[in-house]
Amino acid sequence: MFPWLSSLIWLPIVGGVAVLAIGRIARSDSVRWVALSVSVLTFVLSMIVYGIFDTTTADFQLAEHAVWVDAFNVNYSVGIDGISLPLILLTTFLTVLVVIAGWRVIQYRISHYLAAFLLLEGLMIGVFSALDAVLFYIFWEGMLIPMFLIIGIWGGENRVYATIKFFLYTLLGSLLMLVAFLYLYNVSESSFSIVNWHALPIAHTAQILLFIAFFSAFAVKVPMVPVHTWLPDAHVEAPTGGSVILAAVMLKMGAYGFLRFTLPILPDASRTLAGVIIALSLIAIVYIALVALAQTDMKKLIAYSSISHMGFVTLGFFVFNTHGIEGGIVQMISHGFISGALFLCVGVLYDRLHSRKLETYGGVAHRMPVFAALMMIFTLANVGLPGTSGFVGEVLVIIGAFQESAIYAAIAALTLILGAAYTLRMYKRVIYGKIVNEAVSTLTDLNIQEKITLSVLAILVLLLGVWPFPLLEMMHPSVEHLISQISISKL
Amino acid sequence: MLTIYTLIPVSCLVAAIVAGLGGHIIGRTATHRVAITGVAISFVLSVYVLFDVLQGNYFDGMLYTWGTSGFLTFQIGFLIDELSAGMAVVVTFVSLMVHIYTIGYMHDDPGYQRFFSYIALFTFAMLMLVMSNNFLQLFFGWEGVGVVSYLLIGFWFDRDSAIHANMKAFLVNRIGDFGFILAIAAIVYVFSSLNYSDVFSQAASVENMTVEAFEGVNWKWLTIISLLLFVGAMGKSAQVPLHVWLPDSMEGPTPISALIHAATMVTAGIFMVARMSPLFEFSEVALTVVVTIGAITALFMALIGLVQNDIKRIVAYSTLSQLGYMTVALGVSAYAAGIFHLTTHAFFKALLFLAAGSVIVALHHQQDIRHMGGLKKIMPITYWTALVGSLALAGLPPFAGFFSKDTIIEAVHASQLPGSGFALFAVSIGVFVTALYSFRMLFIVFHGKPRMSEDELAHANESPWVITLPLVVLAVPSVIFGAIFAVPMLYGEFYDQSIFVLSQHDTLAHVGAGLAGQGGEISAWKIVLHGFITLPFWLAVAGIFVAWLLYIHRPEWPSLIQSRFKLLWQILDHKYGFDEFNEVVVASGTRGLGDVLWKFMDMYVIDGLVVNGLANSVRRISSRIRVIQSGFVYHYAFTMIIGLLLLITWFLIR
Repeated sequence: MFPWLSSLIWLPIVGGVAVLAIGRIARSDSVRWVALSVSVLTFVLSMIVYGIFDTTTADFQLAEHAVWVDAFNVNYSVGIDGISLPLILLTTFLTVLVVIAGWRVIQYRISHYLAAFLLLEGLMIGVFSALDAVLFYIFWEGMLIPMFLIIGIWGGENRVYATIKFFLYTLLGSLLMLVAFLYLYNVSESSFSIVNWHALPIAHTAQILLFIAFFSAFAVKVPMVPVHTWLPDAHVEAPTGGSVILAAVMLKMGAYGFLRFTLPILPDASRTLAGVIIALSLIAIVYIALVALAQTDMKKLIAYSSISHMGFVTLGFFVFNTHGIEGGIVQMISHGFISGALFLCVGVLYDRLHSRKLETYGGVAHRMPVFAALMMIFTLANVGLPGTSGFVGEVLVIIGAFQESAIYAAIAALTLILGAAYTLRMYKRVIYGKIVNEAVSTLTDLNIQEKITLSVLAILVLLLGVWPFPLLEMMHPSVEHLISQISISKL
Repeated sequence: MLTIYTLIPVSCLVAAIVAGLGGHIIGRTATHRVAITGVAISFVLSVYVLFDVLQGNYFDGMLYTWGTSGFLTFQIGFLIDELSAGMAVVVTFVSLMVHIYTIGYMHDDPGYQRFFSYIALFTFAMLMLVMSNNFLQLFFGWEGVGVVSYLLIGFWFDRDSAIHANMKAFLVNRIGDFGFILAIAAIVYVFSSLNYSDVFSQAASVENMTVEAFEGVNWKWLTIISLLLFVGAMGKSAQVPLHVWLPDSMEGPTPISALIHAATMVTAGIFMVARMSPLFEFSEVALTVVVTIGAITALFMALIGLVQNDIKRIVAYSTLSQLGYMTVALGVSAYAAGIFHLTTHAFFKALLFLAAGSVIVALHHQQDIRHMGGLKKIMPITYWTALVGSLALAGLPPFAGFFSKDTIIEAVHASQLPGSGFALFAVSIGVFVTALYSFRMLFIVFHGKPRMSEDELAHANESPWVITLPLVVLAVPSVIFGAIFAVPMLYGEFYDQSIFVLSQHDTLAHVGAGLAGQGGEISAWKIVLHGFITLPFWLAVAGIFVAWLLYIHRPEWPSLIQSRFKLLWQILDHKYGFDEFNEVVVASGTRGLGDVLWKFMDMYVIDGLVVNGLANSVRRISSRIRVIQSGFVYHYAFTMIIGLLLLITWFLIR
């Protein structure tokens, strides 16, 4: 059988290396076209994978298996289910947009920039399809390197501080995750297979300790309160493309980890500690929304909004019912589009006036009507308006949470008010109003690249809002399987 | 038929998309033609569907499956019965009139195409709301109309007051939606479905299902669901204390004040509660809350209308008060009366708004009634139609408003519900106040001496036909609608399919029996005759008389009264202080809390004490090993190697 997943992982990585190689000799424009072709090809490939994916089974599909390090029973084994597939599609799609979005903006070391994103793409797809823990760990750690480079080289003034913070947070969690992997390897009689681990009986105390180890890796990535403070700084310093991938895909890694490792491997600990995770999620939803209300930097505002929205994801996962988990996954995908789009919108403004401050703007609609209209769609989607993708996940999670406790649902539903408050406040300050700052009156409306990226995202956000059926259908068997895994005790 | 049902909302959607995306390509005239054609198609089809329904052809089915999750299947579909078909006709009719009117009103506005796109989109969302057969789509339409309202209040987005008002409207509505979405979640929990038919058919069987809300306090689930739904209705239909957004929404152009903030969107809450009658009927607690909130709104908002000087705000407070009347009707289980008042109100209130708009255009956007006067001669069509609207609003027989309002008062009288006593007092006094403020406005604007500047007076003319035509067309049902339809719609079997009333709550049947007398039939004529001998009629007449006394006969009296009752006047002028409270306590409080949390928790505790402490020590160590300048990749690679070393060590010592 054709190695679809390996092609999906390695095509962008090889493409990235190629871009690096020709970067020295070719003109910048050809480099751009090569990178675009690689990313489009990867996207097409992922659509083919979607086409042949069987949505009626919970098994890992398109699996590939090869012995890697025989001595330690490490295997190159990959495969996808209905939880990883949507995330892979999100990754391949957004990489294309990021390549287009950097077309004119990035002039400095363009080949390095594009290569970093292609490498990152391959590694992220690797994370979503790895079925061997060592392979997973390598992709997981490896993808941080291009991201550090992206922030470190093309980032803002305070990038060193932001990267240290990012690095410190991630380091601690990843090391603990590694320890957890080793423990599991030990008790599973020398297996790194994630699927085997799913069936492994584990004592309750051990489960709790493993839970904490996994939690420290995944919670940082999501990020959950109180380990979230790296995100606003990383976003502020990252270039637009970096912010898009960071918010849209990398934050999903942590959530994916919960679904792939924590819930199925440690069902008893998950049930014991669900209350803690739910509490942290609810705090994220309300507390972070309030913090977002106090922001004056657009990127920080969207970063805090992301944390608040990711609270919905973890809340949905830990109420352990179909609506909650499916809602959480839909929220992951939807948030990928919406936060990506909002960061692109900030990028559009930043490229023109080199400011992310709300007070710099005001009255942008007078000069950029097309931009104002598109940004309105993303603003409303961020607010969770029905008819946009933002609503689907929110309503499912609220329904799911209500089955568990009306109080959870009520606290989560506060986002309807708070989310609207901070998002519309940003829109009002930036887009509406009179032009106060002279510089705003020199703005020009969207160029062709910006129009393409934002319109495509707008169409997707609306489409998913009006017809989320295909996305939900994709994940049903896997989610049902996951729920059966959670409900069976492994003691 | 499904195609026809689908076309009703979709033709408006198509018109909105064409006007929105292509408006600048096809030009102004083509844009308004497209929008008007789209809405006209909807209107014609709605009328057709209503007649079809009257033949007994009901429909409850799906258009497509929106999504599935676990045991839930979310479908987009339509429920076509007298209630939805009737509402669709009202919505499309008023919308069509407003579309035509807009040609004149927005003539010189640079956002002409955008405006048409918005109002067509609004009509689409409103129709989706009205025609829905499930809660999810209802919520879609509900939020959709809210967003278009937001966009339209902020239509002139360079005015600070407008963009303040539209955000306020959105947020206050969201407080209502907070209740609504929890109601949806609760409905899934209790009924395992979001389709009306499943939910309504099970309502009686879950009547005794309770939950312990507090220690030892058991609440019926149906009470909780009904109250949560009503919180949603309070936001959309602007009931106290969530009414604060509606007066400010007058910042939007007048056509949408008529369409959205008088005739259709704000009545969505009323429609929703009537639609949910199979749930509300089983909860007397919920009904008592509904009737009390409605009564408070009806009386206290009308009182504010007495002291306003902005012509649109007077009509806005009148709308609030009338929404209160409708809510009271719902509370006493006279759902049909609530919907009937909704319908007559849609005609005469849209008429009054459009008449106010006609005056505003003639005076070049002057909205202060203290700078108007004597316009009767200059604008005869506007005057006579406004007079019709005011008479209907005051509820004088045989105008449309008489039938609907009088029925509500009679129904409240017949009700046994706790709280109906207060409601009867409020709605009766309300009649006097309504007549007083509406004729105050009419007399000040159209009678007496002109108070505007010479220049304004010289340029004041009757509005063009695109403005006066909708006035005349709306005036017709404002006069005759009640007399023709009151008997079948209120006392007949018109709503039997769509509205559910328990026999012990059936106040309308009680009223009807009283009107029919012994062995007789009810007729409009009997209702009118009965109207003359009841208190509300004389209260309305008294209101008009006092208005005449104060504003025509003795125009110096109002300021005397104002200085005599200074405190009372100030309370009304400050609208009981709701805005101040919200601004100072709620809005500033929330922002302040966010600021404190951010600066103290995130920046001081987490970052300041924990993270930066760690970061500084790392920096100190790493500066010794001199890798800091070269970036973090090396760092990272370094730790990965440490990790791998750990891994290998593990294997070796194992």
